[in-house]
Amino acid sequence: MSERAQLLLEIADDELILGWRDSEWTGIAPFLEEDVAFSSIAQNEVGHARALYELAARDLGTTADELAFDRKPEEYRCSELVELRLPEWERTIARHVLYERADAERLARLKESGDEEVAGLAAKIDREEAYHRLHAEMWHERLKDEPRYQAALEELRPLVERRETHTPELAEIWEQMTEVRRSVPGATW
Amino acid sequence: MIFEVFRQERKGQAFQHAGSVEAPDEQFAEAYAREQYGRRGESAALWVVERGAIHPIEDFVDELKRNYHRVDGYPLKEKLREARERAGTTPARDR
Repeated sequence: MSERAQLLLEIADDELILGWRDSEWTGIAPFLEEDVAFSSIAQNEVGHARALYELAARDLGTTADELAFDRKPEEYRCSELVELRLPEWERTIARHVLYERADAERLARLKESGDEEVAGLAAKIDREEAYHRLHAEMWHERLKDEPRYQAALEELRPLVERRETHTPELAEIWEQMTEVRRSVPGATW
Repeated sequence: MIFEVFRQERKGQAFQHAGSVEAPDEQFAEAYAREQYGRRGESAALWVVERGAIHPIEDFVDELKRNYHRVDGYPLKEKLREARERAGTTPARDR
């Protein structure tokens, strides 16, 4: 696999799995406006994953759906950070802040890439991520003195770039995420 | 806190009330207003105003029915018809 395809998959997997985990807050966020905002962020992340998979799929002679759903859990390149099921709001916000900060650096690097397709897609994604960063940083400001939030940041920080291993929660989410697709192999929807 | 959101559809147009968002402070209000009223290219600008900052006026007394203060309060049609009768001229089409 080319270095470019590998990089695209790494980011796409991050965005897909994080989008899925964030969407678990739909309907149960701490208040209604936040429910709308966080669900929308989750949906954006899945949209970014789609665009990245499409570009990778062209290189690899496959489709975005096959890359997103037909690989085995151990083949995913996402970081452990996005895999965890975090039913506590302060841990979810800690992950959101850590992810958006790391993602901002990654996108800034990609925008400078000599590969025009990658740089162009990164610029497009970054325009939406700017809103995510605004959202993450305002929550960080609000929670930064709370011990539970500080503990969550410490707990999750080491996971940001841990990609060689996976948590058991990735297999769990994969089961759910691919369940319908696996139920009728080869179907067109 | 409730924040009222006003939306301008295109540059130069008047702002119109779009709705409101509930948020703990101005920063959150901005994020939620952007999310609900500005994310799909439907707005050129937003005004986000804490509801308490609005000075509402609701008591309009008009006990003397001073309708001559209003542009539509002074019926010209009847006066015009009378004047024409006095002058002996008949308009081409008088509805």
